[in-house]
Amino acid sequence: MNIVVLVKQVPDTATERKLNADDKTLDRAASDGVINELDEYAIEEALLLKEKHGGEVTILTMGPDQATDSIRKALSMGADKAVFVNDDALHGSDAIQSAYALAQALGTLEFDLVVLGSESTDARTGVIGAALAEYLGLPQLTLAGKVDIDGGAIKIQRQTDYGYDVVEARLPAVVSVVEKINEPRYPSFKLIMQAKKKPVDKKSAADAGIDTGKVGLANATTETVDFAAAPPRAAGTIVKDEGDGGVKAADFLAEKKFV
Amino acid sequence: MAEVLVLVDHVDGQVKKVTTELLTAARRIGEPAAVWVGDGAESGKATLAEFGAEKVYVAPAEVNDYVVAPKAELLAKLAQDKGAAAILVSATAENKEIAGRTAVKLGSGVLTDVVDVNAELVTEHSIFGGATVTHARVTTGVPVIAVRPNSVVPEATAGAAAEEAVSVDISDAAKGAKVVERVVQAKGERPELEEAAIVVSGGRGVGSDDFAVVENLADSLGAAVGASRAVVDSGWYPNQFQVGQTGRTVSPNLYVALGISGAIQHRAGMQTSKNIVAVNKDPEAPIFELADFGVVGDLHTVAPQLTEEINKRK
Repeated sequence: MNIVVLVKQVPDTATERKLNADDKTLDRAASDGVINELDEYAIEEALLLKEKHGGEVTILTMGPDQATDSIRKALSMGADKAVFVNDDALHGSDAIQSAYALAQALGTLEFDLVVLGSESTDARTGVIGAALAEYLGLPQLTLAGKVDIDGGAIKIQRQTDYGYDVVEARLPAVVSVVEKINEPRYPSFKLIMQAKKKPVDKKSAADAGIDTGKVGLANATTETVDFAAAPPRAAGTIVKDEGDGGVKAADFLAEKKFV
Repeated sequence: MAEVLVLVDHVDGQVKKVTTELLTAARRIGEPAAVWVGDGAESGKATLAEFGAEKVYVAPAEVNDYVVAPKAELLAKLAQDKGAAAILVSATAENKEIAGRTAVKLGSGVLTDVVDVNAELVTEHSIFGGATVTHARVTTGVPVIAVRPNSVVPEATAGAAAEEAVSVDISDAAKGAKVVERVVQAKGERPELEEAAIVVSGGRGVGSDDFAVVENLADSLGAAVGASRAVVDSGWYPNQFQVGQTGRTVSPNLYVALGISGAIQHRAGMQTSKNIVAVNKDPEAPIFELADFGVVGDLHTVAPQLTEEINKRK
């Protein structure tokens, strides 16, 4: 079974994240780039499925030059190879354009399953898996907390507000995963060394079948009008508990009419 | 005036509060038209009328039998047939997916996690864990906008709520992922996390064996219960209650954080809450930077006292 895992590099949440003043896109120089956290769960799930059903795990990443760090991380977890779509024309693409571009790139690959994290920690739109399924015309098995494959049949537990839905489909399909699905492995030293030799197939937008007239900031379907630092919250009242902390908190809630 | 489609969130014929918020926002833009999927429209219609829905499109329950795709087909078709000015949905995980697919079908842009939208369809967003506020707009096609619950104050105004049945011809492609079972995990009588006006969350400081201290306070306030990632990772509380970057995002009127340090990953899920109360042993905990009211102390004594005090004052 051939599995493609989508991996995105994002700014480290622990560092200060900024937008560029000129084109209002993410300032990638302002913070360290790291692999999107939920993508590690997607890689882990793909590796577990490979261990069970055989096949190959391919990483697909779209992004700027420095995204190679995240590709290496993915390969050092145990993925077999990577495809890196790297083209200035893609800069500033929004969620829908990104889904289009990824769908086109997937069209140049052979796969039974696409796995991705259910959202990225930077944009957090949570739409890529669904939009990708729409573009590819494949079953949407998103927000999966559990995945089971039996031959050409796939079954997931889709996380919902009330618990989960059991969803069935036939392969090929698009699966997005949530955090509870597994515990991502740490790369071993051996795998880190091996990862350096694993093939990374770099593609331009054109190589990946992407129409550059449909992607990038100039063709975006949405526009950031302006941005500013959020106004700081007014300093609150902090009291030390002297045996009446709960009473004082109740007074505050009463003052705000919550009680 | 052009119609603004509002996808209704409902449970057993009860319209969720977020839908009344969306109808209120829709009135700024055009004429609100509610889209109801499944049974129960008869009992929910009064609420839709109360918040200004001029029309109520009712689609059959079959649309719910498959993951997301049929709802996107429904919304895209309605948007085209009615010449809608915009489509509004609540920013839940599923509805954001519906928004994404609908946008692809319409060749539109999509904006998610919107905290405000004006008459010109300019949206406001709180990004990077609340550190930055952005304004944005859709520049292509019918704007598809997912609005975070508790972002708009619902205002009642009478609407006709004229019902119109919508027949749906679900494509084969949209039937690819079939829901074969819905598993409801007990959550008691508490409100839905994103919907709730008040959320009480517990963190690592709560400890392994005593989440009741969080639940009791929540119940005294009629609040939803949330949990930090540390709590969920430790298996002390179920996954679907996780608030934060990789969990759910809430924006209630009151957020009470018990034993939560307030790491950026947690803040990303609650920073737009209107009022924040924190109880933590560590006076240096970053949660106090956000708190409107904070108590430095042991939550195991402060929270029960607060619960008792609230129950006394009811």
